[in-house]
Amino acid sequence: MTLLAVERIKLVSTRSPWWCAGIALLITLGFTALFVANSDDLAVTVGSTQFAFNLGMIIIMVMAALAITTEYRFSTIKTTFQAAPNRTAVLAAKAAVVALAAGVVGEITAFATYGLARLMKPAADLGLDNPAEWRQVAGIGLIYFFAAILALGVGILVRQSAAAISILLVYTLLVENLIVLIPTVGEQIQKWMPFTAANHFATAGIPAPVEGQGPPLLDLPYGPWGGLAYFAAISVAILVAGIVVTNRRDA
Amino acid sequence: MIEARGLTKRYGDTLAVDDLTFAVQPGRVTGFLGPNGAGKSTTMRIVLGLDHPTAGEVLIAGKHYRELERPLHTVGALLDAKWVHPNRSARSHLRWMARANKLPYKRVDEVLELVGLASVAGKRAGGFSLGMAQRLGIAGALLGDPEVLLFDEPVNGLDPEGILWIRQFMQRLASEGRTVFVSSHLLSEMALTATDLLVIGRGRLISQTSTQDFVEQASEATVRVRSRELDKLGALMTERGWATRPDGADVLVVSGKTTDEVGELAGEAQIVLHELATQRGSLEEAFIQMTGHDVEFRSEIAELVGAPVAQGATP
Ligand SMILES: Nc1ncnc2c1ncn2[C@@H]1O[C@H](COP(=O)(O)OP(=O)(O)O)[C@@H](O)[C@H]1O
Ligand SMILES: [Mg+2]
Repeated sequence: MTLLAVERIKLVSTRSPWWCAGIALLITLGFTALFVANSDDLAVTVGSTQFAFNLGMIIIMVMAALAITTEYRFSTIKTTFQAAPNRTAVLAAKAAVVALAAGVVGEITAFATYGLARLMKPAADLGLDNPAEWRQVAGIGLIYFFAAILALGVGILVRQSAAAISILLVYTLLVENLIVLIPTVGEQIQKWMPFTAANHFATAGIPAPVEGQGPPLLDLPYGPWGGLAYFAAISVAILVAGIVVTNRRDA
Repeated sequence: MIEARGLTKRYGDTLAVDDLTFAVQPGRVTGFLGPNGAGKSTTMRIVLGLDHPTAGEVLIAGKHYRELERPLHTVGALLDAKWVHPNRSARSHLRWMARANKLPYKRVDEVLELVGLASVAGKRAGGFSLGMAQRLGIAGALLGDPEVLLFDEPVNGLDPEGILWIRQFMQRLASEGRTVFVSSHLLSEMALTATDLLVIGRGRLISQTSTQDFVEQASEATVRVRSRELDKLGALMTERGWATRPDGADVLVVSGKTTDEVGELAGEAQIVLHELATQRGSLEEAFIQMTGHDVEFRSEIAELVGAPVAQGATP
């Protein structure tokens, strides 16, 4: 409990997490507004109000990675381990606090974009009528939560802000999308990529705006909740790897 | 009380700390002296459990650092004043440290007052001068009212006022019965601050004694005699196998003998002395003498004492 409070103080006592949260909210709201304004009522569905969640998620991942890499940059990690020598407990507490903050930002952006769409298109069918539609909106916070854990884990492993952010951006923006281009096995591999699984959780069950258009749906061997569980498992595994390595090396 | 046993740390090819065994006692300021790169900071990081030793161990109050429940209550340390997030206020910086060791926030304001930073407590630490950053670091070290304190080169880069403040502060902490372990690469600084000295070079222990003993052991006391009958006196001494060397026209420097012995010899021979005195080298000379035979250390010693030593000069 004590360490949770410590990490909370650290997170909120510098400005960059606030900036990241604000930018994540504004950028998703902005893109949603553009999308909704240029769509007709029929095209705006509950799922489509969340189409920009990836943008906010990437920014929150940067926030999570910075939460640890700035500690290495300014060597406050040494002061941290001096004040609390149990490194596993420290990093677990940091993961909990950062992931919780990310989850809250995720929920806020999800419901803010959903609310914005309702305001802009009162005539569209935007009621949260079934569990799938609830998952498509409220589930965004869960994705942010585990994405933050994954990003923190990468930050712990590489310790450098620039390196961590480059890896995260290149991976989420390029690698998972390019992998499908590998002949024969590409599509098979893509099914087991973590962000593909996370995306499946967020978007499964969204009807294509126009029948037969849009990207071909992947035939995934798991359901939406299976996808989330898989994404969570990978995120936690990366965090655990980071904790193991941190215990072995010098602070 | 800090106890190190066979402490060794290797970074790749560099042997930073080489089989160090020492004890640092409470109630006094112990200086940790050695040239740059001698392994002082590495040793201190190992004491705090930040770096893992390749071999050996360190105990603080009988425990490994990692076993300390609320470590800031036992050990306070200032290894580097820059280990602060520049965009965090001094108060926030100390608050999370206090929180981690279940200390009340009231204590944060107390230590800020103690080091004279109360008026800038809400300011970003990144905007602090070196002296202020150093004071913030000391505030952090004092948070838990610890019995053991470690300072790594605390006066580096400070103005004379700041140096005096820190020096008096450390002596006060020691007089309160605490263990104060402070490193420096400056012998002159340590002579003014420390009662005990732990001297290392290239990761190896060179000596552990009181500052006074260190000087006495190392700097050979010589006797200076002035007389009009030096020729006669010198011959008598040479006869007895005493080591002498002339210093100017009518002065002789005798090594390895006391003023008593020289005075008695002169008295027996009825030689009038105009001056008879013990002379002792400075701390700097002591250090050179103690390690001077080790040619490897020559350039380091030169830097250590701030005096040029001819490269390749063999005694
Ligand atoms: N993290 C590190 N990685 C590699 N070498 C290091 C590291 N820390 C210290 N060293 C090396 O160990 C030696 C001792 O350094 P240090 O403990 O900083 O000495 P001092 O504090 O006495 O100046 C130096 O040769 C230094 O280059
Ligand atoms: Mg050093």
